[in-house]
Amino acid sequence: MQILKLLLKNSFRHKLRTSLTVFGIMIAILAFGLLRTVVSAWYAGVEASSATRLITRNSISIIFFLPLSYKEKIRQIPGVKNISYSCWFGGIYISEKNFIPNFAVDAKTVFELWPEFVLTDKQKNDFLHDRKACVAGRKIAEKYGWKIGDTITLRGTIFPGNWDFTLRGIYKGAYKSSDETQFFFHWDYLNESMKKTSPNRADQVGWYVVGVKNPDLAADVAAAIDKTFKNSLAETITETEKAFQQGFVSMTEAIVIAVRIVSFVVIIIIMAVMANTMAMTARERIGEYAIMKTLGFGGWHIAGLIFGESLIIAFTGCAFGIAATYPAANAFGDAMSTYFPIFNVQSETIYMDIAASLVVGLVAAVFPAWRAVKLSIADGLRRIG
Amino acid sequence: MKIPFSYSFRNLWTRRLTTILTASGMALVVFVFASVLMLAEGLRKTLVETGSYDNVVVIRKASNSEVMSGVDRLQASVIESQPEIAIGENGKRLLAKEIVILVSLSRRGSDKPSLIQLRGVEESSLPLRPQVKLIKGRMPRHGSSEILAASGIARRFKGGGLGETLRFAMRDWTVVGIFDAGNTGYNSEIWGDADQFMQAFRRPVYSSMLFKLSSSSEFQGFKERIESDPRLTLEAKRETRYYTDQSEMMATFLSILGLSLTIIFSLGAVVGAMITMYAAVANRTDEIGTLRALGFQRRNILAAFLIESLLLSLIGGCAGLLFASFMQFLTISTMNWQTFSELAFSFSLTFGIVYKSLLFSLIMGFIGGVLPAFRAARMNIVDSLRAA
Repeated sequence: MQILKLLLKNSFRHKLRTSLTVFGIMIAILAFGLLRTVVSAWYAGVEASSATRLITRNSISIIFFLPLSYKEKIRQIPGVKNISYSCWFGGIYISEKNFIPNFAVDAKTVFELWPEFVLTDKQKNDFLHDRKACVAGRKIAEKYGWKIGDTITLRGTIFPGNWDFTLRGIYKGAYKSSDETQFFFHWDYLNESMKKTSPNRADQVGWYVVGVKNPDLAADVAAAIDKTFKNSLAETITETEKAFQQGFVSMTEAIVIAVRIVSFVVIIIIMAVMANTMAMTARERIGEYAIMKTLGFGGWHIAGLIFGESLIIAFTGCAFGIAATYPAANAFGDAMSTYFPIFNVQSETIYMDIAASLVVGLVAAVFPAWRAVKLSIADGLRRIG
Repeated sequence: MKIPFSYSFRNLWTRRLTTILTASGMALVVFVFASVLMLAEGLRKTLVETGSYDNVVVIRKASNSEVMSGVDRLQASVIESQPEIAIGENGKRLLAKEIVILVSLSRRGSDKPSLIQLRGVEESSLPLRPQVKLIKGRMPRHGSSEILAASGIARRFKGGGLGETLRFAMRDWTVVGIFDAGNTGYNSEIWGDADQFMQAFRRPVYSSMLFKLSSSSEFQGFKERIESDPRLTLEAKRETRYYTDQSEMMATFLSILGLSLTIIFSLGAVVGAMITMYAAVANRTDEIGTLRALGFQRRNILAAFLIESLLLSLIGGCAGLLFASFMQFLTISTMNWQTFSELAFSFSLTFGIVYKSLLFSLIMGFIGGVLPAFRAARMNIVDSLRAA
């Protein structure tokens, strides 16, 4: 108890220096937490994907379509429970700045395969019965102030023209990790228009989403689907939704790696600041340490005092930093919602914060503690004279 | 009288450990600051060099990139007959009707796929892009399954090297030549015969048309005419503008990330400098008293401590820049969200960045040092001498 009191007293002897250091650590932990959250947000799509869904797409690349006729062929493959399809519409709402992920989907089956998109029965019904209907996620509906019944116009990039939709439903995510920023509408609406304007692009879908009866069957079903269409004009690649998402993420991996490196750099920066504080503190107290040694305290006792003090400062900063992470992540997440639809601070991030400050506290104290252990009494006493 | 410069310098030297720790904290901040600027500059350079100001890209209206665009043969022939198109050395028009397709290829040594742009080209595609040079092999023969690979592709992707074959669209394509396009976007592309690609991929439309203006000033007139022509659903952009638009999202992302990192990191480093300088002042209370008693003015003391802090930050800034300059050897390749295709760019150090980074480190040193220096300057002679 006495020791703890001494540690606290020592820590806050230099109020200005300690509060500056604590502030520095707080900033560093905040930055570290935000950067780790950016990394986890990058993988949020992968985390949220289901193991029982397979994605079948054209093997050349995602910009090539698959014929609608594949649907029934895939359905016949053993192990397939249900099937849906969609395609990337790439429409722009007013200006390029308002990025909304928008898809044309098969209205009848979309909610079977995506149980995490929760809609009331009435809204689901309204959506099904209106071919120009669309459904938007809660977050984007709030962002653009859309209400049920509003007309929303998207400018097509892949499918030319202005497309009007009536908002018939606003879905909520079933889990915290569900994406609430998507926008989807009837594929039939798109298809009927394409039949009129460019018939050679009609009856084509972007990809199939296949639900399997049992996650263990996923690999076999995927192989069976690809085998069916081998050597056809549109060969397929089937993989789990997780692998599909992972493929997209790995294309931007360089950025994730950079963010990861930078998140460690900030910890090293603060380590230097903290080590400096402890080095100065220890240097000023050399006389005291000599006196303590004279009184019979061992070198390791003094080292313990230095380590304790360093850890107290580091953890105080860490606590403030963690407290500030949540509001900062909310603000950052709102500002960057175009890039990161899901931006939640994960509990692992907090553990890493604590581990980082533990390391900072320990490393900062190593050198001064070693000096204090080696200190000879005569030298120490001479210094104050 | 001024306090000699060596006083400030020697103070830093005496307390080496503290100086090194503080300076290295600052060095890291400057390193991050400079790296982010270099990355943004590298991206900008890649885009600027990719496009030429006098070249015009024609794509379908509202399709933001060549990949999404489609220009049918009828519309293409209307554009082909426009009078603004420059005539090349061989008397033919400098215009290329191209098709752009994404294919997924695996990197060497891994199975991770990347989306690579395939460009179906015509005879005049090469003269239109002076930055693209054939360095090995020969040009593909018209009407054959032969392709050219960029040096970036040849190095990093399976089957991309000279003499190797790539399989897509149910055919094997032989790489008969390697071209080098420097730092431009073309250096992550594969080129082949446009007509062959159309056949193989069953895509009977061009993606874009590229031509050189015979006179730079004719762009506005051309743009207005074709965009109001009822037969056409096309839009024209200068090539430089087209490539800037392509990476707007990436550029914005880099600048937001860079700005927020720099602000947060510099707060940490300023705190570090402040701690060091406050300690320097506190340790030297008696010295300051002595200096004042010797007749040095308050403003001399202020200057001496400020110089010490600026010197400290300059050491950090130079060290940070030194490390950042090594980043020039790195190339970042990532997916461009707007086109879904691979975009490679490297860190690029310019004089402007050196200047900005050093200025930034001096500003950090100034902010960190100004309060402690004021404290030193405001000390009372008698009190500070007594404190010793």
